Parts: sequence; structure tokens; C-alpha cells
Amino acid sequence: MSKVLVYEKSFLTTGVILLILCLGALVYATLAMGIHLPGRAGILDPARLNSTPPFDQPGVRQTGPNAYEVVVRAYAFGYEPSEIRVPAGAEITFVGSSRDVIHGFNIEGTRINMMLIPGQVSKNVYTFKEPGEHLLICHEYCGVGHHFMHGKVIAE
Amino acid sequence: MSATTTTAAATVLNPAGFQLPERQLRALRWTIYIGYLALTAGIFHGLAQALSYADIDILKFFPFLRSYYQGLTAHGVANVIVFTFSFSNAFLPLLVARAFARKLNEGLLWASLGALALGNMLLIYSIASGKASVLYTSYAPLQAHVTFYLGVVLVVVSTWLALANMLVVYVSWRKENPGLRIPLLAFVCLTSYLMWFLASLPDAVNLLAFLIPWSVGWLEKTDPLLNRTLFWFTGHAIVYAWLLPAYVSWYLLIPKQVGGRIISDSLTRFVFILFLLLSIPTGFHHQYTDPGISQGMKFVHAILTFGVFFPSLATAFSVAASLEMGGRNHGGRGLLGWIKKLPWSNPSVLAQLLAMIAFVFGGITGLINASYTMNQVIHNTTWIPGHFHMTVGSAVALTLVGVAYWLIPYLTGRKLWNTRLALVSSWTYFVGVLIFARGMADAGLHGMPRRIYRVQAGYNNIEWDLGGVLTGIGGSLMFVGLLLFFVIIAMTIFFGKKGGAPRDIPWSETLTAPKLSGWEVRYDNLKLWVAVAIVLILIAYGPFFLGMYSPNFVSPGFKFF
Ligand code: HEM
Ligand SMILES: [Cu+2]
Ligand SMILES: [Cu+2]
Repeated sequence: MSKVLVYEKSFLTTGVILLILCLGALVYATLAMGIHLPGRAGILDPARLNSTPPFDQPGVRQTGPNAYEVVVRAYAFGYEPSEIRVPAGAEITFVGSSRDVIHGFNIEGTRINMMLIPGQVSKNVYTFKEPGEHLLICHEYCGVGHHFMHGKVIAE
Repeated sequence: MSATTTTAAATVLNPAGFQLPERQLRALRWTIYIGYLALTAGIFHGLAQALSYADIDILKFFPFLRSYYQGLTAHGVANVIVFTFSFSNAFLPLLVARAFARKLNEGLLWASLGALALGNMLLIYSIASGKASVLYTSYAPLQAHVTFYLGVVLVVVSTWLALANMLVVYVSWRKENPGLRIPLLAFVCLTSYLMWFLASLPDAVNLLAFLIPWSVGWLEKTDPLLNRTLFWFTGHAIVYAWLLPAYVSWYLLIPKQVGGRIISDSLTRFVFILFLLLSIPTGFHHQYTDPGISQGMKFVHAILTFGVFFPSLATAFSVAASLEMGGRNHGGRGLLGWIKKLPWSNPSVLAQLLAMIAFVFGGITGLINASYTMNQVIHNTTWIPGHFHMTVGSAVALTLVGVAYWLIPYLTGRKLWNTRLALVSSWTYFVGVLIFARGMADAGLHGMPRRIYRVQAGYNNIEWDLGGVLTGIGGSLMFVGLLLFFVIIAMTIFFGKKGGAPRDIPWSETLTAPKLSGWEVRYDNLKLWVAVAIVLILIAYGPFFLGMYSPNFVSPGFKFF
């Protein structure tokens, strides 16, 4: 009987230590490695998306010596622009928002994975280490054409 | 030992037996039938989905469907809203009545069944007519017909009525027995549905204050991020609402079924209290990739999410210990010899043992989801359905299948039809779900999005092909497994041999009895724990709603389906 209680204690203690280690790794990844999630980046009126800066000019523009900003508008069922060309090795800030329903913004093979929620601006930063072509996929259900909604990101 | 301490030590107050009157059993039977019918209805399109990921299109055999997404809505709603809650609405009150050896309140019982039935009719109407292809998450501003939202509300109301019923029984028992500990069996059922009640409130607000007025035009525009946040406020805890009834079976019934006992009364109570406290303040972990929510808030919820893993660890220990005791009582020896001696040929036990094994994988993949940095890799890829078909789709579904193998005979007085086939059914589903989840996880790691009609998609990646094929193979086996289950249950209900059914629920005694004095008595102070839960929720969500969040009501409804 008492043996069961001892096992129980050691099992649970090991478990708690493991969980704390996992959490530690998470804190480390956030603080030290600079892996970030999309956070608060502004609100807008989706009905006026096309005339709200920066979304009035979708596309790629240089913002610093080795920094670029990519502005993307999402709508059912596509992206503007649908083909994005960026230099490899540069710091790219992706800024997106939706004109109608919720869409996804997932660049395959990268960490860029955001929800585009009408009324909200989504933002995240990424550097393509190597040149290559990536699918840009809408990975949130947005209607009958959802499985057609995609684009392309080319690092060159 | 005196007579009172013996009764208090038991999991139920009257170990000699107690039967609900036939009229009440009938209401419980129908509630449960709705659940298992929903499960069966859901798996047909499940098969179509799995095959679609394997590049095989069988949607042409569903001529009444307008789109893949209509079917996917039906799959999600039937399997995780109707199936799970119908089951719990009958199962938990039945156990509470048994634990206290008291009748249920008949008015509440039929009201709960009525709300559930009406809710189902509205859901079936709205989904079948193609007016609600918004998937079970129903993210605004995709806008369903009002009957869809009303249907969900009614299903939720039916769960509240089931809780009210349990509370009425509890309160009347408490009046007559002021000094006694709550029987463990009743305690776990009560805490499970109290947790769900608290958890359901945010989405109830979402439906009643926003989505319903918005879908009929009283509210012109809504705030999609607010709706989504309210949904996930409920939506994380909802997975524990699905899981806890399965835990009730694992903790309290399975020990009896395998010939063991419940290891510890106090550990069991502690675990269920932790679920009550920690299930709800963790919802932002579903919104790691959402804009408009600060990283700080996401981090707080990430920490609490790791916290809620703790009671599951304790469960793993406790359940394994009960099983080991059962195996050793049957003559099992050595470190692992007891495993062989478990009653694998008992279909009810087998299904639940397989459910537990699947859950080990489900738990591990869940930890990965919770790590918000990893989450960015797999968010909304097929990794996610891969994960939750091992949790709700196996740990829960297979457990409810296993419970049905004693519960349906118990409720109908008929013997289970074809035990052998029941074993085959569970093994088929289990092997299927492992292959399925392997496929979905693999393709998901390569970025295959979930919720797409893959076979018709406008893009592809050959790295998804292998995972897709495994999904198709595994999904087909799952389909066969559950179809067999349906046949077995239907045959039992209509043609099962009268008599030879269990006369009582398989309740277990505890190895360590509850103390009648000292601090452990506080475990039974349900009001206190509910209050603490509310405080934690306010801490986890208060700053967001009161300080950081600026409402942005900008979205009219869209019907892109
Ligand atoms: C024959 C058995 C089953 C098969 C073949 C199956 C297959 C699938 C597949 C392939 C998906 C992904 C669809 C997509 O994202 O496009 C899916 C989604 C889902 N499944 Fe199942 N499933 C089965 C049983 C179950 C069970 C028993 C449950 C729960 C109790 C369940 C709950 C769900 C849920 C909640 C979703 C998500 C729906 C959504 O994304 O809106 N499934 N299923
Ligand atoms: Cu989209
Ligand atoms: Cu989409």
C-alpha cells in the first residue's frame, strides 16, 4: 500500500520536472532565440482595406539596407499579390489583412503561419536563408473555394 | 468499523444496488441513442474526408451534399457536439443517481432530452439545407442560418439541464446527510459538468449576444476576433468536457471491470478539482497565431496549459496502478506480466484499454501543440486532426464505445450481441486510427493544410502523398470499425437475448477510504472550488477583455458556401 504512494510521488515529481523543463525551453526559444508570434499590430475597417495604408499598395518594398516589407491583401479566394518575390537573406516583414472572412497565411516550409482576421493587422518577420519557391496556403476554412486559395513566395 | 464509515468508504452509498424507475431509464436510453446515432451519422463523411486526402473522390456518392465543407460541418458537429454531450447528458446523471441511490428529477430529465432533441432537429435542418456550412467552429464572419446557432444553444442548454438534475439530487441528499462525504462516483460527475458549465458560458454569450442577433440582422456588424476569442474561451475547456466522462470510466469503473480497485480517493478528487480549476484559463493556446492578442497573454496561457497536463499525468499513474492491481489479482507476475492477464477479451475493457494507449500518443502530440513556438509549424495543418483523432477521436470515442458494451445491455436488459465482433470492431478502429494519425501527422509536418478538399485542390505537394495515402487506409479501417460497432449496438437493442445483462453499473471500491475529518473534507466544498475557478478565469482573461482589447465591430455576414 505505502509503496503505491511512494511510486505515485516519484512519478508525479518526475512529471512536474519534465513539464518545467518544457516550459524553460519555451521561454528560452522566445527570449533568446527571438522566435515570435504575431501580436498586436493595429486594427482597421475591412470594407476600406483597399484604401487603408499600407494595404492601399500591396506588394514588396524595401524599408532598410537589408529589410523588406511585404503587404498582402486576402479575399475569398485569393491573395493580392499572389506571387511574391523577395531576396533571400534579407529580413522580410509580412503584413497581411483580410477584406472579407478569416483567411490563413501559411508559407510552407517556414515559420510564417498567421491568421488574417478581418479588422486586424497580422505581422511577422522571417528571413529566407536560401533561395527557393514556397507555396502560400490559405489554411483556414473560408468558403467553397477554400481549397483553391493559394499563392507563391519566391526567395531569390 | 462502524456502519457509517463503511458506507462513506464506498464509491457509492448503497453498494447493495439501486435501480432507477423504468420511465427515467427510458429518457436516459433515448438521450444515449441520439449520441450513438450521431456518431454513426458522422463517420460516413469522415470516410469521404480521409479518402479525399488520399486523392480519392467519393463525394459523387453523396449526391445530396453541396460541398465537402457541408459534410465536414456535419462530421464535426455530429461527432464532437452531439455525440459527446448526448452521452454525458445520460451517463453522468445515471452515475450520480446510482452513487446517491436516489431518483433523478423527472421534469429536468425530460426537459434535457427535449432540448437535446430539438437542438438536433435545428442542426440537422440548417446543415442539411446547406445554410450552415461554416464547420463546427463557425468562425464569424462566415454566417450560418440562425437555426444553426439556435441548435447549438439548445444542445448546450440540455447539458445545463443535466447538470441541474445532478445538483438537485445532490442538494436533497446533502440535506439528509449533512456530515457524510460525497460519494466519489458522484463527486467526479458533478465536478466534470460544473467545469463544463463554467466553460460553456463564454460561447453562450458569443451565440446569444452576438451571433444570433447578427444572423437575423438585429446586429449589423460583428467583431470576428472577439467571436473567435469567446469561442476558444469555451473551446479549449470543451475538450476536457469530452474527456472527463471518459476519465470517470477509467478512474471509477474500469478498476472494477479488470478486478482492481481505485488507488486513492483523495488523489481522484484532487485531479478532478484541478481539471475544474485549470481547464478554462488556457484558451489562448488555440490562438497563438492570431493577431490582436499580445504575446504576454499568450505566454500566460501557455504556462497554464502546461499546468493542466499535470492532472492527466496523475491520471496516467492512477489508472495504470488500478490496472496493474487487476492484472496481478488475476495472477499476473513480473514487471509487465500483469498486462497479459488483463481481461483483453472483455469487449468493454478492450475498447477502453486501446483508448488509453491511443491517448498516450495523443497526449504527447498535444504537448507539442501547446508549445507555442512549435505550434507555428503545425497550426492548422493535418497534424491537428491527426492529434485529436487520438484524443477525442480515440481516447474519448473508444471509451464511449467500450462503455456502451455494458451500458446498452444495462439500460435495455438485453445481452450484448456478438462479443467476438465487438472485439474485432475495437481492434480495427484502433489499428486504423494509428495509421490515420501517422499519415495526418506526417503530411502535416510537411505543411499539408487541414480542412481542404484535397482531391480537388488547386495546389499540391508530392511530400503530402504518402501521408495522404496512410490517412485514407487508416480512415477506411476506422470507418469499418465504427460501422461494426453500430451494427452490434443495433442488434443488441433489437435482437439481444433478454436477461443476462448486467444488473448494476460496474462501480469500484477505493483502496484508501475518504477521511471524515481534517482538511481533506474541503475537497467536497464544491462552492469553494467553483469560486476559485472563477477567480482564475478572471485573472487569465480579465486583463484582455478589460484592458487590452479594443472591440472592432466591422464585419457583416458572408455566405461563401
Ligand atoms: C470513421 C471514423 C473517422 C474518420 C475516417 C475521420 C476522418 C476525419 C478527417 C480526414 C478529418 C479532417 C478533415 C479535414 O480537415 O478536411 C476529420 C475531422 C474531424 N474529425 Fe474525424 N474521422 C472519424 C471519426 C471521428 C470521431 C469519432 C470524432 C470525434 C468523436 C471525430 C472528430 C472530428 C473533428 C472534430 C474534426 C474536425 C472538423 C473540422 O475541421 O471542422 N472524427 N475527421
Ligand atoms: Cu481563404
Ligand atoms: Cu481558405
